[in-house]
Amino acid sequence: MCSSFLRRVAVASAILIAGSVQARELRVCADPNNLPFSNEAGEGFENKLVSLIAEELGAKVSYTWWAQRRGFLRNTLKAEICDLVPGLPARLEGVRTTAPYYRSSYVFVTRSDGPAIGSLDDPILRQVKIGVHLIGDDGSNTPPSHALSRRGIVENVRGFMIYGDYSDPNPPARILEALAKREIDVAIVWGPLGGYFAEHESVSLKVAPVHPTFDGPQLPMVFDISMAVRKEDETLRQEVEAALARRRAEVNAILAAYHVPRLDSGLKGAGSSP
Amino acid sequence: MGSARLALTLAFSLFVQPVLPILAQSSQPQPAAPSFAATPEDGQWSMPQKNFANTRYSDLSEISAENVKNLQVAFTFSTGVNKGQESAPLVVGGTMYMLTPYPNILYALDLTKPGAPMKWQYNPKPAAAAQGVACCDVVNRGPTFANGKVYFTTLDAHVVAVNGETGEEVWKTKLGDINRGETMMMAPLVVRSKVFVGISGGEYGVRGWIQALDAETGQSLWKAYNTGPDQDVKIGPAFKPFYDSDKGKDLGVTTWPADAWQQGGGTVWGWLSYDPELNLLYHGTGNPGPWNPNQRPGDNKWTAGIFARDADTGEARWFYQTSPHDLHDWDTVNEMILLDMEWEGEPRKVMVHPGRTGFVYVIDRTNGEVLSAKPFHALTAVTGVDMKTGRLQVNSEKEPVNNRVIRNICPTAPGAKDWNPSAFSHKTGLLYIPHMNMCMDWESVEPNYIAGTPYVGAEVRMYPGPGGHMGEFTAWDIKEGKELWTINERFPLWSGALATAGDVVFYGTLDGWFKAVHARSGEVLWQFKVDSGIIGQPTTYRGPDGRQYVAVLSGVGGWAGSIVSNDLDPRDGTAAKGFVNAVRELKNVTTKGGTLYVFKLP
Repeated sequence: MCSSFLRRVAVASAILIAGSVQARELRVCADPNNLPFSNEAGEGFENKLVSLIAEELGAKVSYTWWAQRRGFLRNTLKAEICDLVPGLPARLEGVRTTAPYYRSSYVFVTRSDGPAIGSLDDPILRQVKIGVHLIGDDGSNTPPSHALSRRGIVENVRGFMIYGDYSDPNPPARILEALAKREIDVAIVWGPLGGYFAEHESVSLKVAPVHPTFDGPQLPMVFDISMAVRKEDETLRQEVEAALARRRAEVNAILAAYHVPRLDSGLKGAGSSP
Repeated sequence: MGSARLALTLAFSLFVQPVLPILAQSSQPQPAAPSFAATPEDGQWSMPQKNFANTRYSDLSEISAENVKNLQVAFTFSTGVNKGQESAPLVVGGTMYMLTPYPNILYALDLTKPGAPMKWQYNPKPAAAAQGVACCDVVNRGPTFANGKVYFTTLDAHVVAVNGETGEEVWKTKLGDINRGETMMMAPLVVRSKVFVGISGGEYGVRGWIQALDAETGQSLWKAYNTGPDQDVKIGPAFKPFYDSDKGKDLGVTTWPADAWQQGGGTVWGWLSYDPELNLLYHGTGNPGPWNPNQRPGDNKWTAGIFARDADTGEARWFYQTSPHDLHDWDTVNEMILLDMEWEGEPRKVMVHPGRTGFVYVIDRTNGEVLSAKPFHALTAVTGVDMKTGRLQVNSEKEPVNNRVIRNICPTAPGAKDWNPSAFSHKTGLLYIPHMNMCMDWESVEPNYIAGTPYVGAEVRMYPGPGGHMGEFTAWDIKEGKELWTINERFPLWSGALATAGDVVFYGTLDGWFKAVHARSGEVLWQFKVDSGIIGQPTTYRGPDGRQYVAVLSGVGGWAGSIVSNDLDPRDGTAAKGFVNAVRELKNVTTKGGTLYVFKLP
């Protein structure tokens, strides 16, 4: 299967070189219901970035929609029903990732009239009502939820399942609705989610990166995000990486339009981040 | 590596230790099946547990220790679904019923005709999206037959009743929503006019419950949650737990951080037992979720324990928590076998529960008192059970927490033994326990990603316990609280056990051997290599021709076998929560399957 796939990529590349832009298909797997990342209507920033890459590759995008839950990679990329996943942590095991195209951080989101919180060690975190996302698999949760319990901050913390109710739009966004509705005072969420919904909630919200950026040696608040292909698809990986680099300015503009909090100052070159 | 050579190596690598003559046993009476489970054998197998006491014993004895070596295939049938087959083939009258994993197709086979041709099939057409929600392969643990109907659960959280004669749907009730992570895979228990079922999905923050449905209509009769206020849990004046730690108001709320009980797990997906004399329904509760342990200080009632409930009303009578403030994913789902036995000179009605914690519990089923808890697995994570308080004694050095590497945790997350049920022989008085022999290392360093959010996942690697093998089949002396003999298996055991009056006990292995062993000595009397690994529940019945048959489904999968059924990468040892590391060789010895095998004597 792999070899026939590679052959097809090779053929596709040859056609591209020959100038035909019709034949190539860029098969992408993404979540149909998870803004700001992606949705079936193509409204997420990952959708926009995929379109950019397709333009660069002279390819037509075809999506396979799959909720990004347990088994997502196994059932999509690894099952070869698509060839590209537009957002995964850099150097994720089991896949091959491009150089990162953004670096973001977990963020504190509070109402504009609420406290300004920048640090996990801020004493106010022992008083206010905090919302965090829960993963639930293997007893693992988001880094901020572990960081809070490590500090003994437990009683005033409310967990929101990252999975939510999938029949609702963008299930992970419930935590920010709860913030807007004053059910919690601060939400600690992954940056792109916080940045985007801070602009879209009915009340004014403010966003600040979580410090310290590493809570102990094993709990990073900061992640580099890349696009991913199957391990053996080095050719496609290089093409996507090159496309992201060539369209760097537009990539940055798209991320800015979605208010993605950046900890890189707009990556200077592919692979430049540590 | 040739699979034939491997198979040969395996055949030689198992060994029996030590073979004790049964006569050496004490002269004290052995535990016995209660009268309601010791009725005259009708030759049928109408529920996976065989009877309300969950003994999985048949009084049929045509197949005996002397002649079992001649056992041969009578007929086979392909389920058409190559996923883990954890179900039990049932036989009622001249019909066999068998249920596949998702998409949960129910087949009826006509045993009165040569080759047992299909009479009908019923397809509930569960939502495909449910596959992405199920935690560990898309298994189902079997249908059950009562009132002329076949009852079963579907992966997308429906309960179905099908006319046993015609295959027509009688009713279908939706009890959960896969959009919220709710699934079902357990076998319902039917007691007269009630169907008892529970919900799965603790790792998605599902708040666990058990319900009774009207067997004729599917309407809910009562529903009891396993976390939250007493009223929701059906705890009232009749609730009389044995231990002080279970006494108090609204412990399902107060033993959690604020509101955490609302998504606290305590799901119900294991085996149910029923005592008709006490009219008590017994069920376990799943582990607490979805927080990791230090985010949910407290005992997290009423997760990871055993409830006795009034079967008519659902009102709780007693509770015993096998793993308070569970650290290890030790759901209390394993079988609870109801027996009568003499304890310190007094007759006691007991339940015997080989737990994930690594202990065989003997519990007074009238009041929840733990009479004994003896280890049947190598233990480092726990040291014992305090017989005064009933509390599990935990070794804090083996607690899996972030920012630490912890090695040699035994037992592992699936426990000393997972869902696959033991059998109790009414004849030998021994319990036959298929279980694991595994330990694990834990490290939380692996970057992961879900629903657009990065996090650091646990890197778990399981490996063989002491002795280098991963599975054990143990004959257990309940009274003495020790093993009589044990057969070591290369791979973890994920199949159920079956005991028969012919002094033959059956079980299957992940690499596809179906075995008959001597109930008293543990000698392997016969084995047959089927087409795929076995994780199903063997059953036996008397066919319309008057002959005894033994049936089992092959088809590797489940948590232990998902490396094969889900095509996981053997290079990624941490897949399937670290199970892949232990069973990476499994792909070299078996492939996916889904076949019914039925055996008889020539």
